[in-house]
Formats: sequence, C-alpha cells, structure tokens
Amino acid sequence: MKILVCVSKTPDTTSKIAFTDGGTKFDEAGVQWIINPYDEWYSLVRAIELKEKDASVSITLVNVGGADAEPIIRKALALGGDEAIRINTDSSDPYYIAAQIAAVAKAGSYDLIFTGKETIDYNGSSIGGIIAELIDVPYISLATKFELIGTTATVTREIEGGEEVAEVALPLVVSCQKGVAEQRIPNMRGIMAARTKPLKVNEPEAIEALTNIVSFELPPAKAGVKLVAPDNVAELVRLLHEEAKAI
Amino acid sequence: MSVLIFIDQADGHVKKSSLEVLTYGAKLASQLGVAAEGIVLGTVSDDIAALGKYGVSKIHHVSNNLLDHVDAQVYAKVIAEAANASGASIIIFSHNQTGKAVAARVAARLKAGLVAGACALPDTTNGFVVKKTVFSGKAFANVSINAPIKVISLNPNSYTTIAGEGTATINALHIAVDTPKVKVTAVNKVTGEIPLTEADIVVSGGRGLKGPENWGILLDLAKELGAATACSRPVGDAHWRPHHEHVGQTGVQIAPNLYIAIGISGAIQHLAGVNRSKVIVVINKDPEAPFFKAADYGIVGDAFEVVPQLTAEIKKLKAAN
Repeated sequence: MKILVCVSKTPDTTSKIAFTDGGTKFDEAGVQWIINPYDEWYSLVRAIELKEKDASVSITLVNVGGADAEPIIRKALALGGDEAIRINTDSSDPYYIAAQIAAVAKAGSYDLIFTGKETIDYNGSSIGGIIAELIDVPYISLATKFELIGTTATVTREIEGGEEVAEVALPLVVSCQKGVAEQRIPNMRGIMAARTKPLKVNEPEAIEALTNIVSFELPPAKAGVKLVAPDNVAELVRLLHEEAKAI
Repeated sequence: MSVLIFIDQADGHVKKSSLEVLTYGAKLASQLGVAAEGIVLGTVSDDIAALGKYGVSKIHHVSNNLLDHVDAQVYAKVIAEAANASGASIIIFSHNQTGKAVAARVAARLKAGLVAGACALPDTTNGFVVKKTVFSGKAFANVSINAPIKVISLNPNSYTTIAGEGTATINALHIAVDTPKVKVTAVNKVTGEIPLTEADIVVSGGRGLKGPENWGILLDLAKELGAATACSRPVGDAHWRPHHEHVGQTGVQIAPNLYIAIGISGAIQHLAGVNRSKVIVVINKDPEAPFFKAADYGIVGDAFEVVPQLTAEIKKLKAAN
C-alpha cells in the first residue's frame, strides 16, 4: 500500500510575524522553520504507525517548495518517511499547490493521501479538498481518528456541532488533526537514515495560479488594557455593559 | 452573473453562520450590481423563504435525502452544477466545518480562484481583492482572485448579520445526486453546548485554575453569560477539558464579541487563536502575564475570588435590566 503525505514548511509557532517591502513580503529574519504541525504530528505520524503495523506500506512525502524546504523534508524523513519528492516551485495559491500534488498523486497511484487540516501560515484548509476533486476520490476533512482494515478506512471526522464516524474504501484523501496520532521526536537512527533516503526534485507542471497575495497587514494594536481592582468586580461588569457593550 | 450563497443546515435547521454569509453575499452582490441567490441542500424544516430578509431574492433547493449528510464529493458536484445552471460567478461559503469540507472541492471543480478564511468584503474597485486571516490570526493577507469564477469562504463571526425585509422565492432544483462513497455509520452531536466558533461570548480557562475539579466557577460564569467554554493548550493536553475546547494556533481559532481568559498567561500561540475577539478580558494573578498586553480589560487577582464575584455581578446586572 502506498501513502502520500503532504508536508509544508511553516514558521515556528512562536515566530514574530512581520512584513517587509511595503507589506508585500513575509519577514524571514530570525524565523525558525518547522514542518507544519498538522502535517507532522498527525498525518505523518499516523502514516508511520500504519507502516509499523504493515511492513508492505510505503510512505512518500511530497512538498511544494524551494530548496530551503529541504531541512524540514529531511526531518520528516527522519521521523519515518521512505522517500520524498520536492516540487521545485513556490506559491501561495491553493489551486496551484494542490494541482502540483495531484499530478504526483496521479502518476504514483497512491492508495491514501494525508494532509494536515490546515497550514499554520495560510490557514486555508483547502489543499486536501482540491487534490481529492482533481483525482476524483472521496475526501474526509478534519479527521480525528483513522483506522484501516484491508482497503476500508474507518474515520471519525469533525462536522458542524459534533463528529461523525464513516466507512470508505480507498483510494482516499484525508485531512488530519488532533486525535489521529500523537507527536513523536525523531531518534538518532532515524536522523542518520534520513541522510541517505531518496529526495527527488521535480520541476513543476505548467499550471496557472488563480490567486496571488497583493499585500499583508498586521492587526491594529490594542489601545492598552484598562485594569480594574480585584475588589471592584462590579466596575468591570459596568464597563463591559456600558462602555464595551459586550454584555 | 450572480452571487450564489451556500446555506449550511444541520438536521433541517439553518446555521447562524449561514445568516452571516447570506448578509455578506447579498452585500457583495449589491456592490457589484448583480443578483444574490442562495442554495440549500437536503431536507429542511426551517422556513427558508424567510431568509429573503438577509438580501437574497431566490433560493435554490435540492431536496434529496442523499444530501442529509455532508459528503464533500457529492456536495461539490451538486453545488458546481447549480452554479453553472444559475450563471453564478461568485460562490460564497462559511469557513466552518462544512465549508472546509466542500468549498475547496467546488473551487477545483469550477477551476475557480479560492480565498478560504475571508474576513471582509472584497475590494472590487480595481480587480477583486479579498482580505483573509493568515498566520493563524496574527496577520491578514489581501488576496487577488484572477480567475473568472471565484469561491470565497468567510470566517465565522467576522461579518455582522443584518436582517431587513423580504421573502425569497424557492426554486426546486432537480439535479442528479450521486450515492455517497463515504458511508456514515454514526453521528455524535454535542448537545446543549454552544459551538465555540459561533459563540458570541467565550469563557476560557488555563493552568491557573490548577485542576479540572476547579472548573465549576468557570462553568457557572459561562452559564450566567450564555457563553461557550474553551481552554488553553496545556489544559487540553492534560485532559482537564475535552480537546475540542482548545483554542489557539494549533486548536480552534475564534472571534467572539467577548473573550474572558481566566488563569491563562497568554502565550503567543494562544493569542493567535483569540486575538480577533472584539473585547478581551483577562483575569490573572500575575501582573506580568503577557495576556494583559493583548487585553481590553483586566483584573490582577485570584481567579478563585474574582470569578464567583463576576458571576454574581452579572446576575445582578441581568436582574436589573
């Protein structure tokens, strides 16, 4: 069985977000890059767990990004991927990115494609859905549990106001979130092995980007906190009612 | 050319987030001088014609019970077909769980430019530029859609619902519906709780509350306010509270009218999930807690003393009004 795991490079969750070039470029100064947490903690680890149960499983990682994404791809290989494909291009357009991955997915006829529920930079939650549509397979969004028996998956996913359990035959695209697996730390053996695992670089398919980012903005700064004494809670309630009109 | 607005419903009832997208889509249509139409799928018990008061003239209804569960593949095909049939060039979703399942598939099917997680009306003075949240709420991006067909999903709680007058005409739409390949075997709805992303007021607790046994004071306050409850990541990780309550960069991102943080220090990852709240109140005994810098109102004090008083004062306020 072949699993394709999408890994994206994102700024570390503690990164200070700033922009340069008149608000058109993300300021990379001092930024630590990580594997998008949803890709790493949930979808990649779940794929590794499936491989640990069934040695015939192979895991291919796919990344759409420049050469600067290779350290995080190596880290993902250290955790447990078998091989990686980097599509040598960069874009913020979800259709462009997902169509690049869909081309890899079609060429490799994967049984299962995992994405994180979203990336923590663009927060679109859209890559999995676009891939699924382009290769015409079912899509399970926001999965919190994923079990596989033979070629049938049993999945729990978040829906409006609760969750639902469903069964579906492979092939399949799944977006994973908390609950699917638990974060792991790569061990030394994995890190050593990752150095020699194949990392193939593909040039991008000719696909048209349908959107582009014109500029970035930071939220307006808060005016400053109004402190109320702990023995004057009534004043806080008055402010919330009369000034903020929040209650 | 028209704007088609997807009206999300569950168990026959129209979701609050649908009223937001109806208002948003109708406003966008009037900005462009085109018609605003809605589409609803599956069995509905609410009076959908009454949704005309949010600004839509017509609502397409595909009332096939195969559509009673949201199946991304089946929904996308039906909505894309309806968009083609009605001549829609802009399709609006809520960026809720349903929107996250369906909007991207619809966009791919129509080869539409997609902005997922919009937070304001598009600027159509020169092109078509949509503002969306990025970096988990730490910033915004202005995204230009360059394709003729456009799909936008709007963050819940980011556009104020306006009800006016009017009734929509209902157009029963006959579209062939595929049998879903995904077989739903169980549905567990969280009952009696207000969904976090839809709540106007959220009361949230952190490690400062010391243990799950102390959550009573927070639940009492939430009940008095009609608020949803949330928690910080360490609290979710320690299983003091269910993990679906975890708000922050790697949890749920929310934008309520009022966010009350109790015993939460305000790590940057937590702030990312809540900083779009309109009013933030922080109660923490540590005056150096970074959360105070992001707050509108604060009390430096012991949560175990302050919170019960706050509940009592709110009770008084409600009795007086």
